[in-house]
Amino acid sequence: MDFFVQQLVNGVTLGSVYALIALGYSMVYGILKLLNFAHGEVYMFGAFIGYFVLTALGGADSPMLPVAPLLILVFLAGMLGAGLLGVVIERFAYRPLRNAPRIAPLISAIGVSFFLQASALLLFSAQFRTYDTPQLIPFSTGIEWGPLRISLVRILVIGSAVFLMIALTLLVSRTRLGKAMRATSYDREAAAMMGVDVDRVIVATFLIGSVLAGAAGVMVGLVFERVFHFMGFVAGLKGFTAAVIGGIGNIPGAMLGGLVIGLAEAFTASYISSTFQNLIVFGILIVVMLVRPTGILGSPVLTKV
Amino acid sequence: MPRIGTDEWVSEQELRTEYYTGLTAPARRAFDRVGPGPRFFAFLGICALFPFLTDSAFHIRIGVNVMLFALLALGLNIVVGWAGLLDLGYVAFYGFGAYMYAWVSSDQFDIHLPTELAIPLVVAASALLGLLLGLPSWRLVGDYLAITTLFFAQIFVELTLNLDRINLPWRDEPLNLTGGPNGIPGIDRMEIFGLQLSDVRDYYFLLLILLALIAVGLFYLNDSRTGRGWRASREDPLAAELMTTPVNRLKLLAFAMGAAIAGLTGSIFAAVQTGVFPQNFEVVLLIMIYAALILGGAGSISGAVLGAIVVASVPEILRTPENARWLFYGALVAVLVATVRPWRRLAVVAGAIVAFGFVVHGLVAWIWPAGVEGEPAGGTLGGLLDSWVILPVENQELLGNLAFVLLVAAALTLTQLRGDARTILLIPTIYLAAFVWETRLIEQPSVTRQLLFGAILVAMMTMRPQGLLGSPRVENPI
Repeated sequence: MDFFVQQLVNGVTLGSVYALIALGYSMVYGILKLLNFAHGEVYMFGAFIGYFVLTALGGADSPMLPVAPLLILVFLAGMLGAGLLGVVIERFAYRPLRNAPRIAPLISAIGVSFFLQASALLLFSAQFRTYDTPQLIPFSTGIEWGPLRISLVRILVIGSAVFLMIALTLLVSRTRLGKAMRATSYDREAAAMMGVDVDRVIVATFLIGSVLAGAAGVMVGLVFERVFHFMGFVAGLKGFTAAVIGGIGNIPGAMLGGLVIGLAEAFTASYISSTFQNLIVFGILIVVMLVRPTGILGSPVLTKV
Repeated sequence: MPRIGTDEWVSEQELRTEYYTGLTAPARRAFDRVGPGPRFFAFLGICALFPFLTDSAFHIRIGVNVMLFALLALGLNIVVGWAGLLDLGYVAFYGFGAYMYAWVSSDQFDIHLPTELAIPLVVAASALLGLLLGLPSWRLVGDYLAITTLFFAQIFVELTLNLDRINLPWRDEPLNLTGGPNGIPGIDRMEIFGLQLSDVRDYYFLLLILLALIAVGLFYLNDSRTGRGWRASREDPLAAELMTTPVNRLKLLAFAMGAAIAGLTGSIFAAVQTGVFPQNFEVVLLIMIYAALILGGAGSISGAVLGAIVVASVPEILRTPENARWLFYGALVAVLVATVRPWRRLAVVAGAIVAFGFVVHGLVAWIWPAGVEGEPAGGTLGGLLDSWVILPVENQELLGNLAFVLLVAAALTLTQLRGDARTILLIPTIYLAAFVWETRLIEQPSVTRQLLFGAILVAMMTMRPQGLLGSPRVENPI
């Protein structure tokens, strides 16, 4: 039972990270109908920026600031850096292709992803970096509840993920920008005719999606500690899987999908076999795609002629 | 601006005017007058002569790689270029073909089928697999199909890595299907109708014959009912279906044919390498095949072959620093010639770049002598560059990294500028590129290759989505 609950916590931690990545995919897809392959690389850069800011501020063993403001700074830097990267990618790799055949932006996205990965390899080399979180927040601190222990880092990660998701939901449902985003995603042309500045909305979408990916990168750095140039590829695939399972373009769906993938992965690794962890995740995706191509919470798509 | 979303007539007209202006116009016109037949035979002739021009097995091995890539690009061209199905699992068929050949002609299961039997078996099995994995294309379109097939590719690699210890209830010891990370070594050489293929050269000719046959077959297929059906269902599946084109069957056919060619290529790859390993079939290879196809122009047979030649030979040239350097500076000159017009402006820019280098070199030598002490490694070109490009001895990596970030920023800014501002910024950008090249890129050929392919894909899409030899496609914005 303890083991089960422990895996549940693992799954939820992993799931909240995937959910944050999935949100970026889902929002961009909702508005541009573009599969942003480079999103995983944005997340990777977020993790690296967080790492370098942490190192610049003295590293985990001799931080120059108290823990709370230090972490806030690391998060902010990772999020802002990733957000900026996302906006630049949109501006240079996707915007010139706004009216191109569907295949063109997709290939361009694959190119960006490849380029960013190689850039990271060139700039940061292939070595693994670590946030060294236990030095900062000892794993022993946390909630103890009977035999069950949840470390503070995990609580922090899950908490901030929930916070970001609530903020995003409020942004999309309550603000003018959110309304413009929903309108653009529903019908870009009609939205433009109603006076929505579509370009601005698209930039905002990329910014928000990439900020969330940057946050996810920092979180992964904090919990799993390893940061390297290839981390974006698989995480991006899983984030996309989460977005598709939940119903792409659908914000609560992305969160749900992230949780499903995270839990599936944690339980497969602990109860079945860790070698088949990825296989099972991909298998789930393929089954969902074939049975319900619009995802769990997605609505059926009508083909307009 | 890309010719997209314009009227078909306009796009053809623009293509024609572009075709017959500029420096290379006479050559292109002359090339145009030669029909596809003579061009094809000329190409074959050059390829057939190649092994006699060199003695080194290494060069012929590169030729084999080029041929393998060309076949793969031709197969992918059917699925992506003609049928318009974005198949990101293509590399799995290649891998499957290689593993299948390994199973029937190595000591893994102690089966040694004759090659005349093994190859048709592999091709048929690959086609069947293509048919199966093509089934999702009935329900999924566009990006959804792309991602599902990408997962097939991932699953394939995971399976090859993990299917080395399968516990079966009716066997005492676990079954070793794929050899796991160690792969399957010791695959038989091919022997076709008594002809033992022992040398790389033999495989080169085998591949050349196959390439010729397949290219001719595809040339006629493209103009057949099936080829037209593929294009029709690519452009508008709904309308094609209404015109009684069997869209779903054609999709499966495209998948199966692409997979069959990939499987065939895989089996030859396995025989050339005499072993198969999971890392031969990773996503990097997929991106390279796509780069070949996109570079040459999706939908064009000659384009696919040209793209394959570029993509397969460039990394080999990058391997030795001296060649890589020639290639790099040659490419810089080519970029200049292609983007700066007319001649007079080009001459001014070229002169300015050379002068800029000498001025920077002089200034740095005066202020910070250690900044120019590094020597570009050897060769005539290295000697020439020594007094032009600055090369610090210390902090080379850090400075190179900074310059790389700056270079990316400058290149991105360049795309936004027009006219004189662009020409002026081009001068320091080229110099910066040379600096980044000498400090960082030249020593890391594999990273350079990835960077180049990524950049090529993006640049191709934004500037010339139809590729080098493709014809522009017109798609009305929704």
